[in-house]
Amino acid sequence: MNAESRERLPGLRLGLVSGACLVLLTLVGIVEAFSQREIVSGVLSMGEGLLFFTGLFIAYLAADRGLRRAGTGRALAAGLVCGLAAAALLALLVLLSKAVNLRQVLINASPAVFQMLVFQREELEVGLALLLAAGLLTGAAAAGLRLLPPVPRRAVTAGLVCVAGLGMLQDTVYPVLSSWGPVAGLADLVFEGLGLSPGGAVALFVLTAAGAAFWALQGAAVRGRIAGLSPGGRRGLRIGAFALLALVLAILPQALGLFLSEVLTIVGLYVLLGLGLNIVVGFAGLLDLGYVAFFAIGSYTVAILTSPELGFFSLSFWQALPFAVLFGVIAGVLLGIPVLKMRGDYLAIATLGFGEIIRILVLSDSLRPWLGGAQGIGKIPKAEIVGFEFGGPQEIYYLILAGCLLVGFISWRLRDSRLGRAWMAVREDEDVAQAMGINLVAAKLLAFATGAGFSALSGAIFATKIGSVYPHSFNVMISINILCVIIVGGIGSMPGVIVGAFALVGLPELLREFAEYRLLVYGAALVAMMLLRPEGLWPEATRRRELHEHEEQAGPTPDAPAAAAAGRP
Amino acid sequence: MPAGRQGPAGVLRHDRSRVRLRARLFCKRRPAPPRGDHFASKDTDAMARPTRSRLTPTDIVMWTIGAILIALILWGSIATLARGAYSLDHWVDFTIFGLAQGSIYALIAMGYTMVYGVLRMINFAHSEVFMSGPYTAYYVSAYFHRSGLLETQPVLSMAMVFLVSMATSTLIAYLLELIAYRPLRTAPRLVPLITAIGASFFLQYVFRGLYGSGFQAYPVIKALEGPMHLGPVRVLKFQLVVIFAAALLMLALYQFTQRTRLGRALRSVSEDKEAAALMGVDVDRMISMTFMIGGAAAGAAGVLYAIMFKQVHFFMGFIPGLKAFTAAVLGGIGNIPGAMLGGIFLGLVESIGPSLFLDGLGITAPYQLKDAIAFTMLVLVLIFRPTGILGERLAVKKA
Repeated sequence: MNAESRERLPGLRLGLVSGACLVLLTLVGIVEAFSQREIVSGVLSMGEGLLFFTGLFIAYLAADRGLRRAGTGRALAAGLVCGLAAAALLALLVLLSKAVNLRQVLINASPAVFQMLVFQREELEVGLALLLAAGLLTGAAAAGLRLLPPVPRRAVTAGLVCVAGLGMLQDTVYPVLSSWGPVAGLADLVFEGLGLSPGGAVALFVLTAAGAAFWALQGAAVRGRIAGLSPGGRRGLRIGAFALLALVLAILPQALGLFLSEVLTIVGLYVLLGLGLNIVVGFAGLLDLGYVAFFAIGSYTVAILTSPELGFFSLSFWQALPFAVLFGVIAGVLLGIPVLKMRGDYLAIATLGFGEIIRILVLSDSLRPWLGGAQGIGKIPKAEIVGFEFGGPQEIYYLILAGCLLVGFISWRLRDSRLGRAWMAVREDEDVAQAMGINLVAAKLLAFATGAGFSALSGAIFATKIGSVYPHSFNVMISINILCVIIVGGIGSMPGVIVGAFALVGLPELLREFAEYRLLVYGAALVAMMLLRPEGLWPEATRRRELHEHEEQAGPTPDAPAAAAAGRP
Repeated sequence: MPAGRQGPAGVLRHDRSRVRLRARLFCKRRPAPPRGDHFASKDTDAMARPTRSRLTPTDIVMWTIGAILIALILWGSIATLARGAYSLDHWVDFTIFGLAQGSIYALIAMGYTMVYGVLRMINFAHSEVFMSGPYTAYYVSAYFHRSGLLETQPVLSMAMVFLVSMATSTLIAYLLELIAYRPLRTAPRLVPLITAIGASFFLQYVFRGLYGSGFQAYPVIKALEGPMHLGPVRVLKFQLVVIFAAALLMLALYQFTQRTRLGRALRSVSEDKEAAALMGVDVDRMISMTFMIGGAAAGAAGVLYAIMFKQVHFFMGFIPGLKAFTAAVLGGIGNIPGAMLGGIFLGLVESIGPSLFLDGLGITAPYQLKDAIAFTMLVLVLIFRPTGILGERLAVKKA
C-alpha cells in the first residue's frame, strides 16, 4: 500500500498491469483467434471485445481505488491514466513489431493482429492515435461506470455481460433458437452474421439493464411477498417450481438438439463425479487427487463384463452395473486403508500416486490380455430398458440425469445424517472429532467408499456412453478437473457442484473452436476465482460466513463487479 | 440473502450438527495459529494425540502389503541375476543414466522442498517454472547454432543458454509467487493448491501460445557427443556433463543456504516465520527469494534435461515435476540434502528397477512400468516412513 500512496500518477501501476495483460493476450494469439468471430456484427469483433473488456475491468479497479482514496476527480483521472497506459503499451508493441520480426520466436505475432490493433489503418500514426484514443475512451467509460450510483451501475454491468455472453455463444444459441418455430423470427432479428445485429445488441442491452434495475429496486419486495404467503401458498409455489423444473429437465434434450445434449451429458457426468468427490473432499475434508482411479475401475469393470471383444463375460449393462459399483466401493476401502493416517498435502500426493499407478498398470503391455493395453476395450453394448435403448446423447442424458438425481438424493440425505455430521467433525478437526467419540477409521473409510462408489457408477455410465474405454481417458487431469469443479462451485455445497460443472465443463465445451485457449482461460479463471471469490460461486452457507467473518465485522463492503457478474441468485 | 432468513437457518444447522458445534467450540479454546505456523500447532497436536503403540488391523494389512512387495522385489532380482540376461556393461549404463536423470530430478526437487519448507504448500506450478526456462533458452541456442558459435565457442554459448534459462525460470517463479500465492498467505490450505493448479495450466498454455505447440529439437553440441572412457568404464560424455553440472550446482546451493547471511535468513524463515520477523528478517522478501532460487535451479535443470533428451515442449514439465516432487518426499520434504539424495535415489531405482526386479518376475516390457515404480515408491514412503530418508522433525510434525 505504501508504494501506491507514493505513486504520483493515479492508476499508472494498474494501467501498466493492464497493458501487460493485453500484450500477453495479443502475443499468445487469443486476440487473433477471437477476432474471427463477432460480438456485434460489423461493430465489435470478439478479439476487440476481449481487449476492451479486459481494459475496462482493470480501469474500473483503478477508478475504484482512486475514488476510495480521494474522490471523484481522482477516480476519473485514475481511469483515464489506466486506459491510456494500457493502450500505450499496446502501441509500443505495434511499433516493436514494425522494427523487429517478432515472428521468429513468437509464432502468433502475426502482421494481421497488429493491423487489427491499429484499426486496419494504412498510416501508422493515425492508427496509433486511434488506439490511444480508444484506450482513453475505455478508461473514461470505466471511470464513468464506477461513478454511477449503484442501481444504474448494476443495470449497465448486467446489460454488458448479457450482450457479451450472447454474442460469444452466438453459434450455439442461434441454431437452437431458430429451431423453435415461433421464436425463430426473433432469433433472426437479434442475430446477424457471426454475432448480434447492432439493433439486437442495443435492444438486448436495454432489456437486460431494465430487468436488472427492476430487480435491484423491487427484488426485495417480491421476495418479501413470497415470504409473506400462507404456508399452504408457499408449499404450492414450491411444488409448482419443482414441477416446472422436472418438466424442463425432461424436455431439455429434445429442445436443445444433439450438440447441446452432448454437452449436457458431459456436464452431467462431471456433476456425478463432483457429487462423489464432494463427499470425500467437501464433507470429510480428505483431499483426494486420485479420484479418477475409481472412475476408471467402474468403466473397466463394465467394459470387461460386457464387451464381447475380450470374451470373458457378456453381461448386459444393467447386470454389470452393480459389479462396477461394488468394485468401486471395494477399491475405495482398499486404497483408503493405507492412507488413513495421512493428512492434507501428504494425502493428496499419495492418492495422486495411486491414481497414476492404476493408469500406468492399465496402459502396460503386461496386463494387455485382461485390460486391453493402450488400445483399450471396445464394443461395449448400450444400456437398454424395456426396448428403449440409451444410444445417442439425447437418450444417455436420461440415464445420467437419473444417476445425478440418485446420487444427489443420497448425498443430500447423508449430509445431515449421523454419518454426515461425523464427516464434518473430522473435516474441522480430526483429533477433536476422535475425542468426541467418532470412529475415525470407519468415518474415513465410509467417505472413501461412498465417493468411490459414486465415481464407479459414473465410470460405468461413461463406458456405455462412449462405447469403449481407453487408459488415456483416465489421466490425472480428470481428477484435478473434478476437484476444481467442486472448489469453483463452492466446496461442500451440492448446488455448487452443478454450477461449477456448468462453468468449468459446459462453457469450455461450448467454445470448442477456441479449444487451444480453453485451458489457458481455465487456468487464469481458477487463479482469479481464488483471489477474488475463494468461497466459490454457490457456497455452503456456513462456509461463506466463515470466510467473510472479518468483512461482516468491519461493515458491508462495496460489491465487487466480479461478484455481480458471477450471477449469484 | 436477507439477514432474517440466514439467522434461523444457521441456528438450525448448528442445532442439528451438534457434534460439529462442539468440535468448533473446542477449537476456539486453542489459540488459533495463523496459517504457516504449523510448527506450533502440529506440535500441540502431536502431544494431544494418543500414542499409537497398539497394533491395529490396518497396521497388519499394511505391513502384510509391505512384506509381500519386498518379497516380490527380492524374488524378481534374484531371478533376473540368476538368468544373467544383462551383462555388467548394461548395469553400468543403467547406473550412469540413472545418476544423470536423478541429478536432474534432484535439482528440480530443490524448488519443491524449499518452498514447502517456508510455506508448507506444494508448488504445483513448479513443473512449469522448470519448463519455461529451457523452452525460452531454446531460441538462444538455436540462434547460436545458426551462427556457428555453438561449435566454435561451446562453453561460452552454453553459459549464455544457461543464463537465459535460469533468468526466465527465476522471473516466472517470482511472478508466480507475487501474483498467485502472496495474496493468499492467510487463506485456507486448499486455496493456494487450487491457484497452483490454475497457474500451472495458465503457464503451460501461455507458453504454448507464445512458442507454438510442437516439439522443438535442441541443437546437438558436437563436443558433448560420443562416449568416453573412464578407466574400464565407458560413459556417454553428455551424461557425465549433466552429472557434474548438477553436482556443482547442488553443492553451490547447499553452501549458499548454509554459509551466507541470506541463506541463514532463508532457513530462519522456514524454521519460524514470526521469530524470524522479530529478528528483523523481511519474511515476504525471503519467501520471494526462495521461489527465485528454486526457479533458478529448475531453469538450470531444464537445460540439463534438454541436453539429455534433446527436445523441449510446452508439456515437458509435468512428469519430471511429479517425479521431482516424489524425490523431495523421498528425501524428506523441507530438507535440502534430502531432496538431492531422494532425486538421485529415484533416478537410480527408475533406471535399474525395471530390468532388475520386474524382468525377473516375467513381466513383459518392464520399462513401461518405470513410472509405476516411482509412484509406488512414493506411496510406500508416505505410508511407512512419511519423514523420508533424511526425515527431520519438520516432517514428523507435518505427517
